[in-house]
Amino acid sequence: MMNKKTKKGLLVGSLLASTAASAEYKLNLTKGVSDYSAQVYDMHMLVLWICVVICLGVFGAMFYSIIAHRKSKGVEPAKFSHSTTIEIIWTAIPVLILIAIALPATKGMIQMDSPKDDKGEPVTMDMTVKITGYQWKWRYDYLEDGFGFLSTLAADSNIARQKGSGVDVSTVDNYLLEVDKPLVIPANTNIRFLLTSDDVIHSWWVPDFGWKRDAIPGYINEAWTNVKEPGTYRGQCAELCGKDHGYMPIVVEVLSKSDYANWLAEQTGDTVTNQPASVDTPQATDAVVNMIEQSSASETAEAMVQSAAQELVADDDAEQAETEEVDGENAADEAQQADGEWSMERLMARGEEVYNTQCLACHKIDGSGMPPAFPALANSAVVTGDIAKQIDTVVNGVPGTGMMPFGNMLPAEDIAATITYTRNSFGNDAGDRVQPADVEAAKQ
Amino acid sequence: MSHEITHDGLTHDHKPKGFVNRWLLTTNHKDIGTMYLVFALAMFILGGAMAMVIRAELFQPGLQFVEPFFFNQMTTMHALFMIFGAVMPAFVGLANWMVPMMIGAPDMALPRLNNFSFWLLPFAFVVLASTFFMGGGAPAGGWTMYPPLVLQGGQNVAFLVFAVHLMGISSILGAINIIATIVNMRAPNVGYLNMPMFVWTWLITAFLLILVMPVLAGAVTMLLTDRYFGTSFFNAAGGGDPVMFQHIFWFFGHPEVYIMILPSFGIVSEIIPTFARKRLFGYVSMVYATAAIAFLSFIVWAHHMFSVGMPLGGQLYFMYATMLIAVPTGVKIFNWLATMWRGAMTFETPMLFSIAFVALFSIGGFSGVMMALAPVDLQYHDTYFIVAHFHYVLVPGSVFAIIAAAYYWLPKWTGHMYDERLGKIHFWWSAISVNVLFFPQHFLGLAGMPRRIPDYSTQFAEFNMWSSIGGFAFGLAQVFFVYIVIKTVRGGVKATDQVWDDAKGLEWTVPSPAPHHTFEEYKPVDLSKMAHGDTH
Repeated sequence: MMNKKTKKGLLVGSLLASTAASAEYKLNLTKGVSDYSAQVYDMHMLVLWICVVICLGVFGAMFYSIIAHRKSKGVEPAKFSHSTTIEIIWTAIPVLILIAIALPATKGMIQMDSPKDDKGEPVTMDMTVKITGYQWKWRYDYLEDGFGFLSTLAADSNIARQKGSGVDVSTVDNYLLEVDKPLVIPANTNIRFLLTSDDVIHSWWVPDFGWKRDAIPGYINEAWTNVKEPGTYRGQCAELCGKDHGYMPIVVEVLSKSDYANWLAEQTGDTVTNQPASVDTPQATDAVVNMIEQSSASETAEAMVQSAAQELVADDDAEQAETEEVDGENAADEAQQADGEWSMERLMARGEEVYNTQCLACHKIDGSGMPPAFPALANSAVVTGDIAKQIDTVVNGVPGTGMMPFGNMLPAEDIAATITYTRNSFGNDAGDRVQPADVEAAKQ
Repeated sequence: MSHEITHDGLTHDHKPKGFVNRWLLTTNHKDIGTMYLVFALAMFILGGAMAMVIRAELFQPGLQFVEPFFFNQMTTMHALFMIFGAVMPAFVGLANWMVPMMIGAPDMALPRLNNFSFWLLPFAFVVLASTFFMGGGAPAGGWTMYPPLVLQGGQNVAFLVFAVHLMGISSILGAINIIATIVNMRAPNVGYLNMPMFVWTWLITAFLLILVMPVLAGAVTMLLTDRYFGTSFFNAAGGGDPVMFQHIFWFFGHPEVYIMILPSFGIVSEIIPTFARKRLFGYVSMVYATAAIAFLSFIVWAHHMFSVGMPLGGQLYFMYATMLIAVPTGVKIFNWLATMWRGAMTFETPMLFSIAFVALFSIGGFSGVMMALAPVDLQYHDTYFIVAHFHYVLVPGSVFAIIAAAYYWLPKWTGHMYDERLGKIHFWWSAISVNVLFFPQHFLGLAGMPRRIPDYSTQFAEFNMWSSIGGFAFGLAQVFFVYIVIKTVRGGVKATDQVWDDAKGLEWTVPSPAPHHTFEEYKPVDLSKMAHGDTH
């Protein structure tokens, strides 16, 4: 018995030792890429080693006793059954150890809550990103710069992860940890994150930043980071949020300040036509930021901010439609959009694209769905029936089910295109088209 | 009742005749205890089967066997079956069998209530399991039932809530019965500080149950009205607060954690002295430590919620309070070590499982201390690190203690010794595989694998495969345990009344198997036989 136990102890010990010696990522917590995450890592290592040392002490005493104090050695059992002195000692020593651990932990928490720089001055935030969780994607809004977008599991992972896809997942780059459009932030910048959710509770976690924070409907939570090195950092949703909880990765691309400025110029210059998601105007965003700052911790105020933000988004969609008439992607589109009409081909092409990123997870690539929770679209009464009812379903969602209200998440033309696509695919042949204007009308 | 009421000696059992009278209508604490234990074993196997589905799917990356939605049903139902179906009923079964015999009482104080609290359970689990066959499937929002997610569950929400209500009523009635028994039914000369540790830990556990099960019932009732009657307790759009549910749930949930471990402390405190042939070290400090743990369990709940965004002061408070739990828990570990120290130990199967309990529960305790540190918990939280932590305290913790108890008392229950060779095989098989199963999960969590996901990035593949192999081996070992138990019930070497050499405890003063009725007369017992330690 001894031998096996001891061997197991050694195995555990050597695993822990290799953890500390070689670096890493696979066995141990990451050091991360910010000062804060390094602090968390140090705390982790401190308490890990304290635990390992105490553990070895306890196990050592136990194994010694098991070897030495056995009946087969002919020992007589001792009679003692209490000792006040020793009991006081082994109560007091753990208290002291705990106090020693609590000190750095307290410091760490204060640093997350109200960060101070090396000189003890409060750190000011340089920019703010609002993160909104949806089932099952993230939305990032750059509040100061007035734009935002959805970030969804990358298409190759999404196809490979389907049961029976036949794809060897080891051939997929960053399987399940890749998105279509990553969050992009500048290095060496204090970035404030505001987190909320539109449906259920999610949790935004990039291990390299050293924290996770829940995105909760009706709340706006706050966190911050300052990443030193440009690079790509990955994470996942950490709070069970339904069927595809495992499929809403987070990818953060950290660029140098100058690269970020270029990227930002591309986004803001050309945003209106290139961004799939709705667009917040700078004025509108300022209003949101001001309100958030005023409301601080007040939840009712936060709820107001949310509803205000939603109204603003709705207004923006209208503005966006107007702008598109002027800016149009190309000459041909311009002609089509001048009277707001989209051709069947254009709707179908866009619809397929949007369907395969937004709808496929539940309704499946062939529209067969996963009944009963996620109904089939092929031959569905809703999809082949009254257009107005289907528009209402997509725009407002179906309460109490996984069907989300897409009205605030996708621009009207994407919704129109997707509805058209579903009505004319998977064996459905309604033959009709839905125009962005119809969706706009339904959103009023 | 059809049986004759004649008392012509302890060896004549006069058990009720016929299945209905013997089992359905029984008021006998031993028969009810047996039913609880058989029920718990059945749920353990069912919950284990769900765990096998989980580990099979996680064996390698990519989806091979089940859809993600069904995977979530598996994780949710596995937890509900194991917590409310296996571990808690097993402890109540042990209490039913042993508490009256340990304090010299003829039966539980409220025998009919005892029957009722058992028979609620099969119905509760039929209601819960029926959701598998419904449109929308079984609950898939996690056993913690967080809204708004759980409310997306369709029809199963009502069934989940009513099943939890039934389990809650069963637990509360069981707890009332145990308190009434311990307070009122002790033999005349048995004082509180003469009681064995198992009785003490159960007394404290019963108070925890009475205090927190109604809180859970309230929380799930609010879910019910939110779902069906248009209230907005947890609906932000209606002015409610989804985080409030988490506060209420964990006000139940944290004491619940101790409900699942305190009786294990009691079991181990019976077994180690027996096989070390030495009195339990620090009996009084064990009692105080148990009470302290129980008290602290009420004031630490929000350490499950460091990531929801509490104010700094709140986080600091919950961090400090949580760290305090390490102190009384440490006292217990040290006391068990001191009990073994300079004893004359032998290593029969119950002792092996108890020693493994002390060692492996300590590992779970250490990762618990690590997670108490709020800033670091923001890394560990909701990863496989916490999965490893709570499985270490629940499987080689609670479950090992229950298995140890089964081996320890089986000879008293059945009159037969279990097969020691098979018991040892079962121990080594379980002890090795449980570590292969759960130890790699620490690494997975630290490397960044979230919990409750059906598929994972390829960097996590290796340890998941190890974990699954350990899981299958551990699952098989427990099927082997069922075989050993059945074999012991059916026959084996005749057990003596004393069973274990110098074991203390009134249960060893009655015949093996224990007759249908014991301690029928209210008279003083021989205190030198009681299993307590030195109280001075």
